[in-house]
Amino acid sequence: MAYSKKVVDKFENTLKNPEKFNVGRFDPKDGDVGTGMVGAPACGDVMKLQIKCKQEGNQHIIEDVKFKTYGCGSAIASSAELVEMLIGKTLDEAKEIKNKDLAEVLELPPIKIHCSVLAEDSIKQAIEDYESKQ
Amino acid sequence: MSKSKPIYLDYASTTPIDERVAEKMLEYMTFNNNFGNAASRSHSFGWQADEAVELARSHVANLVNCDPREIVWTSGATEADNLAIKGIANFYKTKGKHIITSKIEHKAVLDPCRQLERHGFDVTYLEPNEGGVITPGAVRDAIREDTILVSIMHINNELGTINDIASIGELTRENGIFFHVDAAQSTGKVDIDLSTLKVDLMSFSAHKTYGPKGIGALFVRRKPRVRIEAQIHGGGHERGMRSGTLATHQIVGMGEAFRLAKEEMKSDSVKVTEFHEYFLEEVKKIDEIYINGDIQNKVPNILNVSFNFIEGESLIMGLKDIAVSSGSACTSASLEPSYVLRALGRKDELAHSSIRFSFGRFTTKDDVGNTLKLLSNVVDRLRELSPLWEMHLDGIDLDTVEWQAH
Repeated sequence: MAYSKKVVDKFENTLKNPEKFNVGRFDPKDGDVGTGMVGAPACGDVMKLQIKCKQEGNQHIIEDVKFKTYGCGSAIASSAELVEMLIGKTLDEAKEIKNKDLAEVLELPPIKIHCSVLAEDSIKQAIEDYESKQ
Repeated sequence: MSKSKPIYLDYASTTPIDERVAEKMLEYMTFNNNFGNAASRSHSFGWQADEAVELARSHVANLVNCDPREIVWTSGATEADNLAIKGIANFYKTKGKHIITSKIEHKAVLDPCRQLERHGFDVTYLEPNEGGVITPGAVRDAIREDTILVSIMHINNELGTINDIASIGELTRENGIFFHVDAAQSTGKVDIDLSTLKVDLMSFSAHKTYGPKGIGALFVRRKPRVRIEAQIHGGGHERGMRSGTLATHQIVGMGEAFRLAKEEMKSDSVKVTEFHEYFLEEVKKIDEIYINGDIQNKVPNILNVSFNFIEGESLIMGLKDIAVSSGSACTSASLEPSYVLRALGRKDELAHSSIRFSFGRFTTKDDVGNTLKLLSNVVDRLRELSPLWEMHLDGIDLDTVEWQAH
């Protein structure tokens, strides 16, 4: 598979050092946690993304993120990349992140663009879940 | 690990050329050696090439116990499959238009069948049993009045499962139907005796048996006589069945590789069986793995394992110092998981999670040991990353989850 060095490095680093790259889980029942899970095992990828937010004024800021991904190398790399983009952002800023941004940063081959779409969908769902709790 | 060569456990896709074979091939290329055209009848260059080609033909015939005159050189097993299937269909189309094959055949059989369907033939694609085997009973039930050809592989390339071609041959012969067998994975692994098997056509490949790529052969039975329509025309070589100047060095390579296969089949097999047992014993210690294909009815050089809750391509990326292949969609150009594994009737995710390990003549015990060590480590790490594994540990039945397929 002709992956960019960025995908390979991201994948390998995440595998070697999962904690540093935000692999893990929060309790989905916590009020300050939003969970998104998209994909299906039969399709070969499932991405679970959790955001932990705090309120500052009328803004909600993403303090921390955890993820777990079942999928090919680029799906795992896309999730790890997305997570780094999210930390510190307001929800409004996070909503602006598009799959294109991820695909560009990771130089995803065209056949793997759906991995970045999955990542975009997971953040949308996590935000929705969080907002429904507020 | 340093920049040393990865460990090669993908012998079922191709084998390296045995050094002894490469040496022989080098004798048939340059001006100072034997470079003649085997079709040149007027000088010694041609005669020598012809002699080398005929010797190679006898080596191939000898491995499978047939008459050398029943061997037709082709560019590989793909061409041999095409020649057999289209060749029979086109020659005997007035007798009938029905062909039987299976869902787990190589594309080199399936695609010619699809092509024939576009030309008015009717093809039945048999389902394997859950062990990945095409049973003689399934063939019997599919035979019709107008069936002219049955094409069933000997050993499946993804699973290593063995089909009972002896029994299927009895059925086809009884019913006056031609029987073609793709034996690309069989040579040098299991005994083939065409003097007793009721097989009419059999495809061979050199590069799965330590010979060069780009050469193969089709066995076409003389008694009872089988006729095929040529697919390549231009000079009438190979008794009119396959035109084109013979690639002497390739043919010599295939001949030598098959001669060695006959000599070394036993010792190769003993070694590979040992690796298979060792690997199987160790890999079974990993939780939630599934062996694909009937373990009691397969060759030991191929072992196909699904690592549940892990996607195969990521596993291959994690195992970057090991060369293996996967049935995962992500490693295929089509983004479809292996049609062979799907045909077993298992869940799609087990196809996505599958890895084929295949051992061969140059595999060492260290290769196997190192692979196992790395494997259990990478499986653990990827499961740590897998939301499915987490759910499994939480006792959630993944079949009851409503997934958001995209």
